[in-house]
Order: sequence, then structure tokens, then C-alpha cells
Amino acid sequence: MSEAPNIKVLEMRDVASGTMHDPEKVVVEGVNWTVTAGEFWVIAGEQRSGKTDFLMTMAGLMAPVKGSYRFFGNEVRMFDETRLAERLRVGFVFEGGQLFHHLTLGQNVALPLQYHRNLTDGAAEREAEPLLELMELSPLTGALPAGVSRNWLKRAGLARALMLKPDVLLLDNPLRGLDTRHARWWLDFLDGLCRGHEWLNGRPVTVVATADNLRPWRSEHRRFALLQDKGFRSLGLWNEMESAADPAARELLGAPHSD
Amino acid sequence: MRKNLASVFQLLGEQSLRTATLPKAYTDLLGRRIFLFLLTVQGLGAFALITAGVILKKSRVARNVIWPRIRQEIVRAGVGLMPMFLFLALALGFLVVGQTVSWLTRFGANQYIGTVMVIVVVRELGPLLAAMLVLTRVGTANVIELGTARATGEVEALEALGIDPVHYLIMPRVVGMAVGVFALTIYLIIGALVSGYLWAFLQDVPLTPGDYFKQLAESLGWLDFALLALKTIAFGFFIAIVTCYHGLAQPLRLTEVSQVAVRAVTQGIIVCVLIDALFILLYLVA
Repeated sequence: MSEAPNIKVLEMRDVASGTMHDPEKVVVEGVNWTVTAGEFWVIAGEQRSGKTDFLMTMAGLMAPVKGSYRFFGNEVRMFDETRLAERLRVGFVFEGGQLFHHLTLGQNVALPLQYHRNLTDGAAEREAEPLLELMELSPLTGALPAGVSRNWLKRAGLARALMLKPDVLLLDNPLRGLDTRHARWWLDFLDGLCRGHEWLNGRPVTVVATADNLRPWRSEHRRFALLQDKGFRSLGLWNEMESAADPAARELLGAPHSD
Repeated sequence: MRKNLASVFQLLGEQSLRTATLPKAYTDLLGRRIFLFLLTVQGLGAFALITAGVILKKSRVARNVIWPRIRQEIVRAGVGLMPMFLFLALALGFLVVGQTVSWLTRFGANQYIGTVMVIVVVRELGPLLAAMLVLTRVGTANVIELGTARATGEVEALEALGIDPVHYLIMPRVVGMAVGVFALTIYLIIGALVSGYLWAFLQDVPLTPGDYFKQLAESLGWLDFALLALKTIAFGFFIAIVTCYHGLAQPLRLTEVSQVAVRAVTQGIIVCVLIDALFILLYLVA
């Protein structure tokens, strides 16, 4: 974390975010938020509070309805063709993995590399092998997504997002629907990424994840924020949040682990 | 890219028009229908232009990924349909010959069978029939596959990985269908011409194979070949555009996939007939 101090990765000033279905409808507004390199953020919100749409705005998949959004210091509306290099600095992990149903898990993970470097099938799969190994996905390499459990689909989604070695990782509700053992693995692995992982040659990744329950995320080095009633509130570190006695935060903290 | 696509699909804000309550006056209903029609034409046109642009601009991007996909689509929209087309070629030769022989003998004109075959099979029925079959067999599958991919978020996943969905999902299908319809039409025509002679022979029409094929050769001009190629490629291209458009534009709900498939097939048929009409004009002028 010490390698890249005070580089502002994401900077939002009065940003409002629309939805994928209806880009004009505002789900979150008035966001003022700065994420520095190497930080680990968890954004909590109940279902339909706009977590996914907010994350998509952050990933440049959707233009903010208003406000200014800077990504590594550059103003962003949406990452189109001309900004491919910036787009590839962001890894996006979808809630259900969102794998391509006609490709095997191995092909899914290798696809981004294969497409952007124009590799043959064999070469791409060889490049993906160490990552699949690392994520314990090797036995499932040849399986189609339809026959694989949700735990592993999500993990393959994470592997696919990491294939191009991004600087920023955005995760949509990564713990939802996971077994306890898998959830534990995710928390440890994401921490590892944030500290600097061997797959990324020890370069720390800035992580932003959403959650509908904060309890499993408890840790002293993660930062927390809350999406509620169309508003965004930064709650800070865990101990700051506990002492703040914020009713909404308390609810998300106190809620029993539903999944 | 996303912005372009989004604005194209925004035209399907017509969805609100479709689900609105019926207006009280017939003129209003007519107006709404015309409005919907124009919106669809605009959306399809824009989508066709975007796709054509991607085909031209990105023909060399990520060839190791895209070309195998194009090959798959050619197999699906061409090679896979061959057995059915052989059967169809036999049937087509039979029905044209069976119908015309009795009429032509009445006027003592059954030596014109070859000419009739060229006009009916090469210029009209062959291409149209091939297009309709590819539309129903592969086009519907397109709508459903793309509709599902959209509803399950695969399109966003492609964009998040910096892969242009039009390049990855649409271009192989468009190229595959254009090549598929073209190739299948050629096989269908050859099969129908040969089987036509077979049926004529079985009906004791006094015509030697030499005469028959000479007739065929005489009634075919260079224009037939050029227009046939253009027409079948246009059929394939627009069938793919219509079906892919409806698959992708489908507003993210799985329940609507079947309705959208029906709409896409209807519009596909209309588009084919319109293209055909355009080519009849070309034949008449040339």
C-alpha cells in the first residue's frame, strides 16, 4: 500500500447516477467521494438502493447524469472505444459472474486476454492456466457455466476480471449467495489483492465492493460507505463507524447474515 | 459504442407506445402504427449502419477470436441446413415442373421448361425460399440467444472487458448469415434445376438434357449472376440485422423474448419481400 501514496484513483464531485434500464432516472445523487490508491472500500446498501448502477457509473459503463467524475485524474463520462486503455485498468466483477454461456469456464477467463492480444485458443488458455490454478478453478476449466454452481461461477467472474491485471477492482455484491467457506476465501483473497498479490507482481489493487450486510466485512483497514435514500454517505473505518451510532449503519451491521 | 447502441435502442421507447391503452379514434390508432413503423425503420437503419461500420473498421481486430466465430456461424447458417435444402431442391424442381408442364403442353410450348425454371427458380423462388428458411431456422435462434444474453447481463460483461458487443456478437452472425444465404441459394438453385429435369423426364416431356441445359444457359444473362449474388447477400445481411436488433434491443426481461422473436420473424419476412421488390425493379429496368 505504501508504493502509491495519495494517488487519487476515483474522485466524484456532486455525481448523480442513473440506471441501466432508464439512464435519465436518478438512483443516487450528490456523491462527493475520493478513493486513494490501495484503499479497500465497502459500500453498503439495501436491495434496490442503486448499488449496481452506482458501480457501473464508476466503471464507466454508464455516464453520470450530472457532476464531475475523475478516474486517475482524467474526467470521465463513459469509457468508449477511444479510451480502451483506461477501461482496461478497471476490473468489474458482476454479481452472478455473468459468464458467457457458450464458452467454457477456461475460455471465459481467457477471453479478455485472447481478444485484446489476438491470441489463438491454445495460447490464451495456456496464459490463463496459472490464474485458474490460483483460483482453484483448474478442475472446472472445461465445464460450461450452466453446469457449475454459483460459488464457482462468481469465482470465475473474478478470475476473468483479473485476467488483464487491472489497477482497480469493482465488485458487485461479491459475498451474496456464497457458502461460508467461499465467503471466507473471497475476503482473504481480496485482502491479498489489496496488499499486493503475486498474480499482479505485488502491485496493490484498489478495491471497491458493495454489500447488503456489513458484518462479514468487519476489519480495521477497510473503509465503509452507505447508499440510502438516493444519498451516499462515507462512514470511514470500522471503529469510527461503530462509535458514530448511525441508525442506518447500525441496521446494516446488526442485520443477521441472511445468505 | 455504448452510447450509440443505447440511443438506437432508445427508439424502442416505443415499448411505452406498444403497451399504452388503445386510443379512441381509428385515425389515432393508424397514426400510432405509422409512428411505430417509422421508429422501427429508423432503429433498424441505424443498427445496420453501425454494424456495417464495425465490419469495415474492425475486420482485422482480434482475428483469432472473431474468425472462428464467423466460421461457426457459417456452419450454423449454411452447412447445417444442407440436408434440408437438398430435400427442398427436389421438391422445388418437382412443383415448378409439375405445375408448368401440363400448362405448357396445352400450348405445345413445353420446350420452354428451361426458361420457366430460370425465371421462377433462379430469379425469384430460390433466393426468397432460402432466405425464409434461414430466417426461421437460424434467425429465431439469434433473437432468443441474444435476448437471453442481454437479459442475463452478458452484453454489459463484454463492455466491461473492453470487447465491443457488436464486433463480438453481431458481426459473426451477420457475415455468417450473408454467406450462408448466398451459398444455400446456389445449392438450392442447382439442385432444383437438376431435379426439374428429372421430373420432366419422368413425365415424358420430349426434351433431351442437352436441350434443357442449353435453354437454361440461353436464358441466363450476366445480370442474373450479379443480381443473384447481391440479392442473397442483402437477404442474409438484413435478416441478421433484424433478428440481432430485436434480440439486443429487447429490454432486459426474459418473458419478452418469445414475443420479440415473433416480431423479429414478421419484420424479417417484410424486409425480405421489400428487398425482393427492389430487385424486381432492377430486373425490369436493366
